[in-house]
Amino acid sequence: MKKIISLILLFIICLGIIFCLQKIPFGAAKTKVGNYYIDNGREETGAANIVTSVVLNYRGFDTLGEVTILFLAAMGLGTVLATLQKKDKRQIEQASLILKTGCRFLFPLILLFGAYIFFHGHLTPGGGFQGGAIIASAFLLVYLGCRGRKINETGSKLTESIGGLVFLIMGLIGLTLGGHYFLSNFIPKGEINTLFSAGIIPIIYIAIGLKVGSELTGIIDNLMEKS
Amino acid sequence: MEFLTDNIYYIGAFGLIFIGLFIILVKHNLIKVIIGLGILDTGINLFLIAIGYINNGTAPIFSKPGLEAGNMVDPVPQALVLTSIVIGVAILALALSLAIRLYKHYGSLDLRKIKEQRW
Repeated sequence: MKKIISLILLFIICLGIIFCLQKIPFGAAKTKVGNYYIDNGREETGAANIVTSVVLNYRGFDTLGEVTILFLAAMGLGTVLATLQKKDKRQIEQASLILKTGCRFLFPLILLFGAYIFFHGHLTPGGGFQGGAIIASAFLLVYLGCRGRKINETGSKLTESIGGLVFLIMGLIGLTLGGHYFLSNFIPKGEINTLFSAGIIPIIYIAIGLKVGSELTGIIDNLMEKS
Repeated sequence: MEFLTDNIYYIGAFGLIFIGLFIILVKHNLIKVIIGLGILDTGINLFLIAIGYINNGTAPIFSKPGLEAGNMVDPVPQALVLTSIVIGVAILALALSLAIRLYKHYGSLDLRKIKEQRW
């Protein structure tokens, strides 16, 4: 009975969507705002990657909200799991030598790759969020491969707070020095398509990368320890 | 047939969205409901990206000379999806932690056995 009601409901939604999408054919022209960003993005922000310039310059305030939501979710997860009493020590089966050595070998390489992704956020596909996720995956590898090792919680919290503070302070400096809006650029833009270009965008992406990496690592740590 | 090849991304995206919605509505196991939430999230991201595509377009990155601005896809949906993916991960983690607490409290993940969750 429940299945039939659900299917009828989905069918009605499907009909509505088909009627709506007839007005938007696949592969049609861009929106006006998209055209503006592509035409003027390079001169106004100095970043070769237009998506980055939208995320961090035109819509930087949204990104602040996004970082806040991620922070709130990590906090909520910590709070929800905080009152669980720690599991009595279960038998930790040690991994084999090959797995352990492989983890130790791969861990710095994955960290380096994550750092590359967020340092080059304004030049290539990628950025702070993606690089942070890659860094967290390196820590997940350690948690799975070398059982019993743990991150330093104070260090992780400190990195996270510094990342968030750098983002806010850069935004406020931009508000006072650079222009009349939050996160406006106050550093010379430099030559396009070089590593040191695009003003404050690389600095903020490094801060976001560290923040997201330590936050996701904290989530992994909470889920592995408490459950 | 032409309709299929023209709109394959829309069809795929809404296929994922409907599979996710169906799982959320029908399944009784809380973990399966959360998996459905993840599939729904993926479908919505794919749909947003598909809306921003233009035919024979390139990524909106001026990585080498000779790329024309008129040929690039819309960067706004891509920036939105970047936001949406991160929030999706955060919500998934929060939902899983709530599922852990529910399991500790009721001793079961079956939504029919959890009194306040029945519909």
